[in-house]
Amino acid sequence: MLKDVDRIFQNLYNDKGSDLESSKKRGDWVNTNELIEKGKNWIIDEIKASELRGRGGAGFPTGLKWSFAPKEIGSRPHYLVINADESEPGTCKDRDILRFEPHKLIEGCLLASYAVNAHICYIYIRGEYYVDGQKLQAAIDEAYKYNLIGKNASGTKWDLDIYIHYGAGAYICGEETALLESIEGNKGQPRLKPPFPALIGLYGCPTIINNVETIAVVPTILRRGGKWFATLGKAKNTGTKIFCISGNVNNPCNVEEEMSIPLKELIEVHAGGVVGGWENLQAVIPGGSSMPLIPKKTCETLKMDFDALMAEKSGLGTAGIVVINKDQDIIKCMARIARFYKHESCGQCTPCREGSGWMWRMLERMAIGEASREEVDMLGDVTKQIAGHTICAFGEGSSWPVQGLLRHFKKEIEKRNKFNPTFGKDKNIPYLVDQHLLDKKDA
Amino acid sequence: MLKLKVNNIEVEVEEGLTILQACEKVGVEIPRFCYHEKLSIAGNCRMCLVEVEKSAKPVASCAMPAAEGMNVKTNTEFVEKARKGVMEFLLANHPLDCPVCDQGGECDLQDQSMFYGVDKSRYKENKRAVPEKNMGPLIKTQMTRCIHCTRCVRFATEVAGVPEIGAIGRGEDMQITTYLEQSMQSELSANVVDLCPVGALTSKPYVFEARPWELKKTETVDVMDAIGSNIRVDTYGWEVKRVLPRVNEDINEEWISDKTRYACDGLLNQRLDTPYIKYNGKFEKASWNEVFNIIKSKLKNIDKEKICGISGDLTNMETLYIFKEFFNKTLGSNNVESRCDHTYLNPEKRENYLFNSTINGIEEADFIFLIGSNPRYEATILNARIRKAYIQNKMKIISLNEVGDLTYPYESLNGNIDNIKDITEDNHEISNLIKKAKKPRIIIC
Repeated sequence: MLKDVDRIFQNLYNDKGSDLESSKKRGDWVNTNELIEKGKNWIIDEIKASELRGRGGAGFPTGLKWSFAPKEIGSRPHYLVINADESEPGTCKDRDILRFEPHKLIEGCLLASYAVNAHICYIYIRGEYYVDGQKLQAAIDEAYKYNLIGKNASGTKWDLDIYIHYGAGAYICGEETALLESIEGNKGQPRLKPPFPALIGLYGCPTIINNVETIAVVPTILRRGGKWFATLGKAKNTGTKIFCISGNVNNPCNVEEEMSIPLKELIEVHAGGVVGGWENLQAVIPGGSSMPLIPKKTCETLKMDFDALMAEKSGLGTAGIVVINKDQDIIKCMARIARFYKHESCGQCTPCREGSGWMWRMLERMAIGEASREEVDMLGDVTKQIAGHTICAFGEGSSWPVQGLLRHFKKEIEKRNKFNPTFGKDKNIPYLVDQHLLDKKDA
Repeated sequence: MLKLKVNNIEVEVEEGLTILQACEKVGVEIPRFCYHEKLSIAGNCRMCLVEVEKSAKPVASCAMPAAEGMNVKTNTEFVEKARKGVMEFLLANHPLDCPVCDQGGECDLQDQSMFYGVDKSRYKENKRAVPEKNMGPLIKTQMTRCIHCTRCVRFATEVAGVPEIGAIGRGEDMQITTYLEQSMQSELSANVVDLCPVGALTSKPYVFEARPWELKKTETVDVMDAIGSNIRVDTYGWEVKRVLPRVNEDINEEWISDKTRYACDGLLNQRLDTPYIKYNGKFEKASWNEVFNIIKSKLKNIDKEKICGISGDLTNMETLYIFKEFFNKTLGSNNVESRCDHTYLNPEKRENYLFNSTINGIEEADFIFLIGSNPRYEATILNARIRKAYIQNKMKIISLNEVGDLTYPYESLNGNIDNIKDITEDNHEISNLIKKAKKPRIIIC
């Protein structure tokens, strides 16, 4: 369990005040210029030493990402973009940072901008977080007033301007390149990679995009040292993380905890246990709705970090834990998630546009037992035809929850959908591979 | 030069080319819908997925730059599965209305699903229906057939320079439309019919006229403007059914103007095929015999020096020749004239009427001066080329007159003829611009 002194977000529950004065008492903005005087390389090395991994879902090492930015500013300016388009169902950590710890974020913006040579920082906030955005704007105004940012920010001789950009409520705009498109005023559709945004990003300029939580922990890491951060958690999965626990628990909450904390501890200690007791647990979605669910059996011993969850064929994602107990119809739950993804698909590339709706419709029928048995396998086929074939990671995001359902609850679906038109065993016709093309050399 | 392998065949390509182009170089065909040589890369149909060694996911070959040492495979089971998967998704919501679709027989989706697809559908849900969009009198829409390749959107924005086609909605509900359901305000609009890989956008005047395999194809050159676009005329019996562009990189690339495309309409409808005689200021239908008799009697009674023949500027060579022979030999008169008004060019020197810098050469221009011309209406293809050059080089374009929207920005001298005198006498800033430019172009009409 995380000690109180190691807690980065001291004001996660807003009992200490989010204004500049109270933030300063908690250590924000104290010696920012000293940190910056140590130089860009020191900052990047310190973040690398801390082994901080991006908190937005993919878990990419942050220090490494920053080092991709060109070392010198060329003909084009650099940008830092903060991704506050937190739309993953089951996740609400960034919101509390925006409204209760805005100065951690703003200071992090200054440090990160300095490290990646950016003079302009955009914070892309989802439109639904308008009130929280206004609170952040108030904090930014406060920071400008005391010259913490702006010209010669905090006496560091580094100029930094921070702008807030509100989204219009599309989930896909949380994808980094779609977010850039949205800031530029275009339709939020992901771009092709390569080129990667670190070289060609916002307005064609080098751009570093980070999650709110990633940037907000940066000042504390630099103050207390990368080594301190690396001692928390386990190797390659270091530091603290805000977990959002929701669903069938007695006390849904956001809690900052050490990485690699057992899932059971999170649910039992912080969230007040599963509704109806631990035995009533059916499954847990460990990292926001796009991650495959984990059945109860695995939940007993599961540690919450990137690699342990990868080993379970799931992922930490945004650490938005959704607890599902036995009172819920698991197929119905997944059908609802599939509907969300069908609604949020941007429609740019074929597999996701056509496949997400197909998955949802099949799942809806499976939930009421109107699907045939062979369709269960077909659903698995469809998810595999989507995942990995799309421009952005939305393809995976929409098909993984369905794959998780099929992996762990296939019997449940088959029990409900008994109708079998093919009578008897499979005819074993390889549906997808037909060999006549493979004979041709240049096909 | 980069060295890479495609299906174990070694190939060398220039830097900056994509995997798809590298594959084409060794003759490996890659199916595609959204990719088009003349448009920007969208990478959204996902049909061109290939396997690249050391990459866990299939790679969209149209968008991925070729790299040194890459090992690309297009004939593996992995690629086969990816292609079939995408094909299945494309066909999931595509109506099976090929028998009543004008694209049938020249449809990319039809061809590729025959070759790369699966024989039957597993999609049991209701298919999506999309309301038809009005795109004016030239383009017929049947948007249920649309596979959202966005070729038409990119053509309108990039080549035609009128960003009037776009996609609204998202996910399954994405629809290609002209937003306000107007016709596209472009002289190149009907090219989207050729670009559309399916039957979503088809030619309205050609609707249900013929199947492509019934048509006799004749390759020829367009005479509707001075460009000479390369075209293919499709005929059914003696009727010209449609005109399509042929690729000629030096002239029209792949585009033709709507005028070129739909002028064949006049060959069948509303033709002037009967002579008329004017009595008391009113035309009345007459027979050919009657008319010839009148002409003959009039010609007989007139001094041959007082007869003069004038022909219009759209008359073809053969007719002109017969016309001239008739005057010289039959009537014994030399008074034949074919110049139209306001033409003061001396036709004895070829340079005076040729487009000397070549249409292709526009792309190298670093300064363009338009005098008395509106290329958008007078030579649409040339205008498209100027726009293309402008997008590449952002060169300065100046027009003597204000001629409205040319799809690229230009400065106007407000039609002040004195400027021309100043420029030739080196008293104008444009004289300096012309002198400074390495390859200036002056386009005069």
